[in-house]
Amino acid sequence: MKKFSLRYYVIFPLLGLLCVAMIGCERGFSDDVDLATFPVTPDIFTDAPVGLTDEFFDSFDPAVGANTEGFSTDDSEAYEGTTSIRIDVPTPNDPNGGFIGGIFKDRGDGRNLTGYDALTFWVKGSTTATVGVFGFGSDFEEDKYAVSLNNTELSTDWKKVIIPIPDPSKLVQEKGMFLFSAGTESTNGVGYTFWIDELRFENLGTLGQPRPKIFGGQDQTGQANVGTSVPVIGLTYTANGPNGLDITVNAAPSYFDFDSSNPFVASVDEFGLVTVDGPGEVDPETGELINTSVITADLAGVDADGSLTIEAVNIDVISIFSDVFANEPVDNFNGFYLEQNTLGGDVDEDGNNVITYTQLDFVAIEFYGRDGSDVPPIDATEMTHLHIDVRVNENVDPGDFVRFALFNNFTTPSESEGSFTILSNDLQANQWVEFDIPLSSFIGLGGREALGALFTVTDNTISTLSLDNIYFYSEN
Amino acid sequence: MNFKKKIKLSVLQWCFAFLGITAISAMIISCNPDDTQVVANFGTITMQDEFNDPGAPDPTIWSYEIGNGAEQGIPGWGNNELQYYTDRPENVVVEYDDEAENGYLKITALREDFEGAAYTSGRIITQIDPGTGNGFEQQYGRFEARIKLPWGKGLWPAFWLLGNDCDENPWPNCGEIDIMEYLGDEPTVVFGSVHGPGYNAGDSVSKDYELQNSRFDDEFHVFGVEWSPNRINFYVDGDLYQSLTPEVIAEEAEESIENSMLSNAGDWVFNRPFYIILNIAVGGNLPGSPNADTVFPQTMYVDYVRVYAAD
Repeated sequence: MKKFSLRYYVIFPLLGLLCVAMIGCERGFSDDVDLATFPVTPDIFTDAPVGLTDEFFDSFDPAVGANTEGFSTDDSEAYEGTTSIRIDVPTPNDPNGGFIGGIFKDRGDGRNLTGYDALTFWVKGSTTATVGVFGFGSDFEEDKYAVSLNNTELSTDWKKVIIPIPDPSKLVQEKGMFLFSAGTESTNGVGYTFWIDELRFENLGTLGQPRPKIFGGQDQTGQANVGTSVPVIGLTYTANGPNGLDITVNAAPSYFDFDSSNPFVASVDEFGLVTVDGPGEVDPETGELINTSVITADLAGVDADGSLTIEAVNIDVISIFSDVFANEPVDNFNGFYLEQNTLGGDVDEDGNNVITYTQLDFVAIEFYGRDGSDVPPIDATEMTHLHIDVRVNENVDPGDFVRFALFNNFTTPSESEGSFTILSNDLQANQWVEFDIPLSSFIGLGGREALGALFTVTDNTISTLSLDNIYFYSEN
Repeated sequence: MNFKKKIKLSVLQWCFAFLGITAISAMIISCNPDDTQVVANFGTITMQDEFNDPGAPDPTIWSYEIGNGAEQGIPGWGNNELQYYTDRPENVVVEYDDEAENGYLKITALREDFEGAAYTSGRIITQIDPGTGNGFEQQYGRFEARIKLPWGKGLWPAFWLLGNDCDENPWPNCGEIDIMEYLGDEPTVVFGSVHGPGYNAGDSVSKDYELQNSRFDDEFHVFGVEWSPNRINFYVDGDLYQSLTPEVIAEEAEESIENSMLSNAGDWVFNRPFYIILNIAVGGNLPGSPNADTVFPQTMYVDYVRVYAAD
């Protein structure tokens, strides 16, 4: 017995040391520990599809013009191994559909992609065309963690495409393995072929400098009625690649964590929908109504550039151009009259819709049914104000002005015009300035039951100008 | 019965003893979070700046080089560089991070109009001031620094050594040892080089070290050389990636040495004290100019500089 216990006298300290060693060395879970129950399979297509649904190409709806015939595998082209995916991009008038695109979906319940930082593949084109979209995270169900890379230029040799995963920790069960969409916009309607090989998720470790953005990285403002909602738009994620070049992808809202500075006014859900919950509160000390909330976001702990300052209001609105309110139909954002020099119109500025003019002397936004269109004129009889945001995209000099002119019964014998002029001291260079102009200030406007055009006139004093959030409203 | 029991116990005992010893060894090896290479030959520390005192870098070790190089007779510092070096804290400062309980030297490149230049930055050196005796120079030894690098096209940070007789014996005769150079648009690559007569500038003897699964701009790495009478070894995080000797120089730079008009072309000029330089250059012949995607400001964080001599 004595001998027995002596031996354990030796063994137990050793066991103890082993425990100490194991505890002492613990630095969190090792990469090898598989906590999730979903498979971590990285490969999607090597020489054959890996773990995908039987018909591994799931096309976009042919009803919207998607061509289901141009997808195949090719045993005569491969970056590695024997076989690649071959995609024949149709011409726009192909009877089987004028573009090609769809998704690859995991055949099971989804994969755990938390250990990877990018989707990568090799691609080669029959010509140097540009493919509209590559991505992943779309499963034709929720598309909750969709990521897309726009406008990838093909080479006639194999080249590697890297699509960063904005926050891999979110992808514990992802079914959307791959997405592409290609047309012939870059080839003037000429069809072409491209091949994809070695499609997989990878942990590169060489992606750095994460830069998430909401609202295209800009600080936006907006008004909305209590009970209404506004989507967060312009969501992107930029990472610096191993070759030193930035890669920017569109990232679904669910990658972001949103914050509202004033929960009495607004909240944001995980899908990036901002809801105006209340009219705000009166500050007991100053007596001032605090009816704004600043919406910001971060992605995996990195603050996103851009914000929305939302103001809770109680107004009736007839909107011409806004990302917040439903817009009325218009004929155009630039009438392109023979006498004008102004170029431009509505543009996507880092995910935000704005109107930008260059070489501006005068220009019209028309909404009266030009050339027999169905666009009806706007009855703004019940409205009291025109709201418009103005950004001068150059220096503001003394003498600069912006004149807005509204036309009632536009182009008819009973036409009347009223205008309002903003002088240089109310404008700022390269910064948005909001204006709420009483409709009664449009001197000369006979009535407003059939408004048909909004003119912007600078007479060349300001040649580059942007407009946003153009709407008529009345306060309730 | 007894016999069986004895055997069992003895097997168990051996198993546990083996496990225990393995565990202890594993603990000793794997629990050491400091991956600094064990210095075999250069064990005596001769200069150490951990950059823990906030403010300007320690003036008993470091001094500034200021300007665009014109005063030194080499406008653009000999490479058409675009920055103006200053001694302002915006460009060079030591800061202490309370959360990390660690201090860093920060050399920051800014995009700003300053004294006719479009960028400012910092360049500090340890060249000994004969008047005060401040500075640090050493012949041979291990020179190392732990650095997190900036990023973006046009950024060109470096940790390097120059011979202390460049005033009398103009470059490249005085010798240059580039422990670490890096271009901001190649965030996974650094390179180590030497310059001397007949092998310098574009014909220096140089080698890349590339990270396969990480980058130099989002974490710290240790860059070092071990320099002995006829050999300079280059390391990143303890990995030896280049070993230069007079023979290697003669071989690697054979063509440029042969074409050189200098009588001392190919000479091994690394047998005298050298001093340390830390800087970020902006633009110039090697990196090219910053572009629209280059984000400013850009900072090089230096956790420490340590120099060892032979035991």
